[in-house]
Amino acid sequence: MSDTAYRRMQDLPSTHLLGTGTSTCAGCGGLHAFRELYDVLGDKTVVVNAAGCMTLLATYPFTPFRGSWLYTSMASAPAGAQGVRDALDLLIEKGRLPREEDLRVVVLTGDGAAYGMGLAATSAAIDRGLDFLYLCYDNEGYGNTGQQSSAATPHAARTATNGGPRGYPGYKKDLFAIWAAHRPSYVATVIAAEPVDLARKVEQAARLTGPRLLLALAPCPPGWGFDPQDAVEIGRLAVKSGVWPLKEWRDGRVVHTKTPRPRAPVEEYLRRQQRFAHLFEPARDEATLAEIQRRVDAYWEEVEA
Amino acid sequence: MTRVLLTGNAAAAWGARLAGVDYVPAFPITPQTEILETLGAWIEGGELRARMVMLESEHSMVTAAGAAAATGVRVFTATSSQGLLYALEMLYTVAGWRAPFVLVNVSRGLAAPITLGSDHGDVLAARDCGFLQLHAASAQEVLDFVLLGARLGEDARVRLPVLVNLDGFTLSFTREPVALPEAVEAARFVGPFDPGTVRFRASRPISQAVAVLGGSPYSYFRYEMQRAAEAALLAWPEVAGAFANAFGRRYEAVATHRCEDAEVVLCLLGALATQAEGVVDQLRAEGRRVGLVRPRLLRPFPAEALRAALAGKRAVAVLDQDLSLGLGGVLHGELAAALYGAAGAPPVLASFVGGLGGRDVAGTELAAMLEAAARAADAGVPPAPRLLYTETELRELRKLQAIALGERHELARGERSELARGEGA
Repeated sequence: MSDTAYRRMQDLPSTHLLGTGTSTCAGCGGLHAFRELYDVLGDKTVVVNAAGCMTLLATYPFTPFRGSWLYTSMASAPAGAQGVRDALDLLIEKGRLPREEDLRVVVLTGDGAAYGMGLAATSAAIDRGLDFLYLCYDNEGYGNTGQQSSAATPHAARTATNGGPRGYPGYKKDLFAIWAAHRPSYVATVIAAEPVDLARKVEQAARLTGPRLLLALAPCPPGWGFDPQDAVEIGRLAVKSGVWPLKEWRDGRVVHTKTPRPRAPVEEYLRRQQRFAHLFEPARDEATLAEIQRRVDAYWEEVEA
Repeated sequence: MTRVLLTGNAAAAWGARLAGVDYVPAFPITPQTEILETLGAWIEGGELRARMVMLESEHSMVTAAGAAAATGVRVFTATSSQGLLYALEMLYTVAGWRAPFVLVNVSRGLAAPITLGSDHGDVLAARDCGFLQLHAASAQEVLDFVLLGARLGEDARVRLPVLVNLDGFTLSFTREPVALPEAVEAARFVGPFDPGTVRFRASRPISQAVAVLGGSPYSYFRYEMQRAAEAALLAWPEVAGAFANAFGRRYEAVATHRCEDAEVVLCLLGALATQAEGVVDQLRAEGRRVGLVRPRLLRPFPAEALRAALAGKRAVAVLDQDLSLGLGGVLHGELAAALYGAAGAPPVLASFVGGLGGRDVAGTELAAMLEAAARAADAGVPPAPRLLYTETELRELRKLQAIALGERHELARGERSELARGEGA
């Protein structure tokens, strides 16, 4: 990452490409991440969207995009990207479109699609070596419908479908590892609260061709239960506590781009969110808190070993 | 023009080749796979300058097809049966994108039970999705309908995707003589792909397929699609006329065979028409005034042409190779809606369901349907709907059931004796 235009906050683009006044919730960590990505990537893009929180970004007759947009379905946004990419290639090959009219193809999808319904289409697009950039805004549940649990929901989080004292009984699926196992061009985790790290990764991805995947943790005020003004703070705590490792995969190697030292206790992250309130009130659930901390510690012990 | 022997599947591939397709998103399924393999071989051999990409499902295949059409290239794809239904969400979706392309469906029965034979349950499940539907009865029609479909769908008044249907096995795998249009003439007829306002390029950003808020804008855009489908019906004589001028084959929206002075008429879709024509000719030779009516266009529904073809007839026997469970034959219902209250509408519209899952329909059965409809007209009593099944068939099925039952008993006996041995030890 030595060769980068983004070293400090001042290096980030000062003009923003995405229009304001969209229908996303205040403090949306998904839109925040997308906005930062869009600024770096530019408007010579076509965003192919999967059903989710971002579906209503373009609502007739309004669109926040300076570039182009295609809404597809929940399961098949990567296949939509395939059709657009192939058609652009064919038009250029056959001399029916000047090369300067070419567009970058970007898939925008939530965790509901990326971890579940759209996983086959994503996997197959990687298999085919599709030249596209894929952004998953991971708000750890089916956010658009009121935060029911998805395969991205973390252990013990309360969701609209796991309202009991133990919360969600499963464990968050390791989508980063699933993607990396496909050996695409690039895989990275990002978060809007770390904009320089995000910009560098988008810059890196933009230099490559083939399948490039970015997984953004997307703090969700209504779904996770916190005040919208705390969205960036929650995001920073996700990184500081080690819950959300910032890393990238290239050529078979995983590199952590930010190692939190010392790591904040996971409690600091958890206690700021209503979805984990049952771990603290009416009585502390020591066993679960310890288990979550142990799992985070084990991850970093392996990284630092 | 050259004359060759082609299967229905090969004819579909030739249609796509002559239409000058740029892009073929693909996914295999019996009995359609030969279409994609044929196109793939031409692309590999440099005979067709197009790109084929293998998707991981029909849902993705139709998404890629619609997305490529919405980016500005001519697209062709094909599927069948379970594949068409797996893609159904996207059939509705891409039709709304107003990005035309041709999809060939090779009709096959739907699970369960799973089977491979011809049946119109699949294509009729897609009748409301916004794709126009052309139903072919011969390999020649398959090829010609792919060309006609491309031009009709791309017509500025229409801008809708088009589904060309052919019957599995009876048409897909049967070789028939086909007049192959010259490539230059086919290209002239279809013309270069005109993306209209629907395409992506850097200098003209566009948001496509955006959401609407509320029922009013939603209704507006759905009504626009209805008007586009209606416009396709109005455009058909013009497009089919241009085709007839170029290639000498004229396709009315409704095909009729010896209908003018007929008293009793058989109505059906697809390849069974070949057999039915033979039956009609035979009955005519015996002095019976019978005829055959077959809609080539099913969407848009050629109601006016059907009313005209059937006006003054004593009775119509409708054979549905489909079954809307809990209702009956789909074509029968649609025809009844078109005829109800119309001047000269036949008083008897008899419903028969047959040929499901590739079950043979005997010539004697077709003749019996016409006879039953005629008797009903004589008696002035509309007949009850009938599901075709012969006593011989039932006897054969009872044998299968006896085997299944016998095997089950054998198994149960075996388990009991195992158990007895276990207890003895």
